[in-house]
Amino acid sequence: MTISRRNFLKAAAGGGAVLATTGVADPALARPNLEMPPKAIGLLYDATLCVGCKACVVACREANDLSPVFSTDEKLWDTPLDISAYTFNVIKMYKDGNGENKDQLKDGHAFVKRSCLHCVDPSCVSACPVSAMEKNAENGIVSYDADRCIGCRYCVAACPYGVPRFQYDTPKPKIGKCELCRHRLPEGKIAACAEKCPTGATLFGTVEQIKGEIARRRAAKPGEMVAYERQRVGSGDTHEKKAPRYVDHVYGEKELGGTQMMMLSGVPFVALGMPELPERSYSSISETIQHTLYGGLIAPVVALGGLVALAWRASKNHQDEE
Amino acid sequence: MSIQKPLSPAHRPAPLGGSLVTPVTVICALLSAIAVYILAKRFIFGLGAVTNINDGFPWGVWIAWDVVIGTALACGGYSMALLVYIMNKGRYHPLVRPALLASLFGYTLGGASVMFDLGRYWNFYHIFTPGLAHPDSVMFEVAVCISLYIMVMWVEFSPAFFDRFGWTGMKTLVERLMFAFIGLGVLLPSMHQSSLGSLLVVFGHQIHPLWQTPLLPLLFLLSAIAMGFAVVVFESTLATSGFRLKSETRLLAGIASVMNGLLAAYLVVRFGDLAVSGKLGLAFSSGFLSLMFWLEIAFFALPLLLLQGARRNRARCLFIGAVSMLLGGGLYRMDGFLVAYQTGAGWTYFPSLPELMVTIGLIAFEVLAYIVLVRVLPVLHPNKSEPAVAAAVAAE
Ligand code: SF4
Ligand code: SF4
Ligand code: SF4
Repeated sequence: MTISRRNFLKAAAGGGAVLATTGVADPALARPNLEMPPKAIGLLYDATLCVGCKACVVACREANDLSPVFSTDEKLWDTPLDISAYTFNVIKMYKDGNGENKDQLKDGHAFVKRSCLHCVDPSCVSACPVSAMEKNAENGIVSYDADRCIGCRYCVAACPYGVPRFQYDTPKPKIGKCELCRHRLPEGKIAACAEKCPTGATLFGTVEQIKGEIARRRAAKPGEMVAYERQRVGSGDTHEKKAPRYVDHVYGEKELGGTQMMMLSGVPFVALGMPELPERSYSSISETIQHTLYGGLIAPVVALGGLVALAWRASKNHQDEE
Repeated sequence: MSIQKPLSPAHRPAPLGGSLVTPVTVICALLSAIAVYILAKRFIFGLGAVTNINDGFPWGVWIAWDVVIGTALACGGYSMALLVYIMNKGRYHPLVRPALLASLFGYTLGGASVMFDLGRYWNFYHIFTPGLAHPDSVMFEVAVCISLYIMVMWVEFSPAFFDRFGWTGMKTLVERLMFAFIGLGVLLPSMHQSSLGSLLVVFGHQIHPLWQTPLLPLLFLLSAIAMGFAVVVFESTLATSGFRLKSETRLLAGIASVMNGLLAAYLVVRFGDLAVSGKLGLAFSSGFLSLMFWLEIAFFALPLLLLQGARRNRARCLFIGAVSMLLGGGLYRMDGFLVAYQTGAGWTYFPSLPELMVTIGLIAFEVLAYIVLVRVLPVLHPNKSEPAVAAAVAAE
C-alpha cells in the first residue's frame, strides 16, 4: 500500500510547474544588475580629508529636522552612537594601538561616514512590497515615502549596509534614512553634509564628476601638494594639502553593482566596518528567482491549469464516495 | 489509481459534541487573554515596548515563528489536498477535513499576526493597490499569496458551515466548483511557501552560507509539504487520543511514507547544493552554527531511519517521526531567519517574555478554536471503525 517515491515526485512535478522550475534560472529571465542612472548624483567621502569634526552630523540634523540624540547622562551634547531612525548620518572612528597616526592601520586612526550609499541596484527597493523605497530613474536618489510604508522592516533587514532604521518607540513608526537631501535640491541647494564640510571630505557632485575627481586624487603622488575642493565638484572653493597614500580600492565602485556615494580611504575598508561584497547585486539574484518562477504569471497559470484538471478528475472519483 | 470504495453515511464527519469548558480550554483562554493585553500595549506604545527587536534584528519571533513556522505548521491542508486531489489518493479523504481546519486556523492567525508586527499596519492595503504594489518584491508575493490562500481555504471549508446551518443550495454550488478552489488551494501555498525561503535571498552575505542559496525556495517548499504531512500525523494522533476516536494508524503510515520521500529529496538537494558550491566544509568549521546545522539534519534524518518497514505502522513511531520532522523544519526556519542571520557586530536578539507570551497566546487560541469547532462542526469521523479503513486501504 505504500506510495512509491518516484510516483509521488512524478505527480508533484507534473501537477506543479512550481516544483519543477524552482531555483532553475532560465537565462532569458535572468535579471542583470541595474545600471547607473543617466544623471546620477552622489557624494564622495574621502576619509583621509575627514578630521572628525562632525559638522556634517549637525548639518544633517538641521536639514532633516531631527532632534539631538543623547548617549550620556547629562544629555547636554548631541551624541548619537550610530545612525538610527533619528540620525541619518554619523562619523565613526577606527582606532588601533595608541591611535596616533592618522589613516594608518597600526597605531593609527581613521574616520568613516555612515549614511545611505544610494546603491545603483538597491536591496531596500527590491525588498519593499509597496514601493515606499524607490530609486529615482533620473538622479538615482533612493527615497522613502512614509505615506506608502507598511512598516514591515524588510528594507531594514535587507540593506547590506544596515542603513534604513525603524522607530520602535512609537505607535506611528517610520523608517529613517538619508535621502541625499532630495528636499533641498529643488531649492538649488546641495546635500547639507557636503555643504557644511570644512575640508571637502564630503563632496557633492554628479557621479560622473565624482568619478573624475576620484581618478585625479588617485593619480596624485603621495606627498605632493594637491588642491581639494569643498562643497561640490567645481565649486572653486579650494584648499591645499599633501596627497595621501590611498588603499587601492574605491568603495562603491563595484560593491553589489556600485553605489552613488563612493569612498576613498588610507586604511582598508574592512577596518572601517564596511562589508566585503561581490559585484552581482543581491536584488538581481532575488529578482531572477522571482521572474523565473512568476514572470508574466506564465508558470503559475500553467500550473493552475494542471492542478485544476487533476482536482476535477479526483473530485469526480470522490463523488461516488460521498 | 483505484476506484474508491464508497463509505457508508456512518463514516461521514460529524460534530463531536461534549463540553466546551474543560481544563484545557480554560488554560488556552487565559493564555489568549494575556496575549491580548500585551498586544494592547504594543498598539499604544509601539513595538519596542513589548518586543526585543532592533535594527540589527528587525524581525523577531513574531515573524520567524508566527508567520514562517506557523504557516508551515499549517500546511496539513495543503499537503493533504496535494495527496488526495492532485495525486488522486482518495482513501486519505477522511483526513482532509481535519487537516484543512487546522490549516485554516494556522493561516488565518498567521495572517492576522502579521498585523501586530507591521509598524504601519493601517497602510496594509497598499500591497493590493495598483501603482504601489511592487511585484519584484518577494514580500509582495508572500503577502498576496497568503491572503488569497486564506480566502480560498475559507471557501474550501465553507461546506462544513453550510452543513451546520442547513444551507444545502450554497453547499451544492460550492461543492460543484470545488475543484477550481482545490487547484488554487494547491498552487498558492506552493508559491508562498517557497517564497518564504526566497525572502532570505536578498539578504545576501547576511545569511550564513550554510543556509544562503538560490535553492532556498525549493528547500522551503519541500520541507513545508513534509511538515504538512507530519502535522497531519501529529494532529490525528493527538485528536484520536484526546477525543478518544478510533486510531487511523494505517492511513497515517501511508502518509509517513510520502513524507519520507520528500525528506529524502530535501536532504539530497540540501547536501547536493552544499557539495556543488563547495560549502560542505562549513558544516564542520562554523562553530555554533555547525552545531545548529547538524541538529537540523538529525531531526530530518530521524523519521527517515525510524519509519522504515513495519515500524511505520506503530503509532508511537509515527508520532516520534512526525515530531522530529516538525522540529527539523521549524529549526531550519528559525536558523534561516534568526540564528544564521548575521547582521554585523554589536547586534543581538532574544525574544522578550511579552513577545513570547503573544506567540504562546496565539498557539493557545488556535488550540482553543480547533477544539470548539470540531465539537460543533462536522470535521472529524467519530464512528469510523478500523475494519472499514483497512478495507479502503486494501482496495489499493
Ligand atoms: S545603502 Fe541600503 S538603504 Fe541605501 S540605497 Fe543601498 S540598500 Fe538602500
Ligand atoms: S518598512 Fe516600509 S519602506 Fe521598508 S520595506 Fe517595509 S514597507 Fe518598504
Ligand atoms: S545627504 Fe543630507 S540626509 Fe544624507 S547624510 Fe548628507 S545631510 Fe544627511
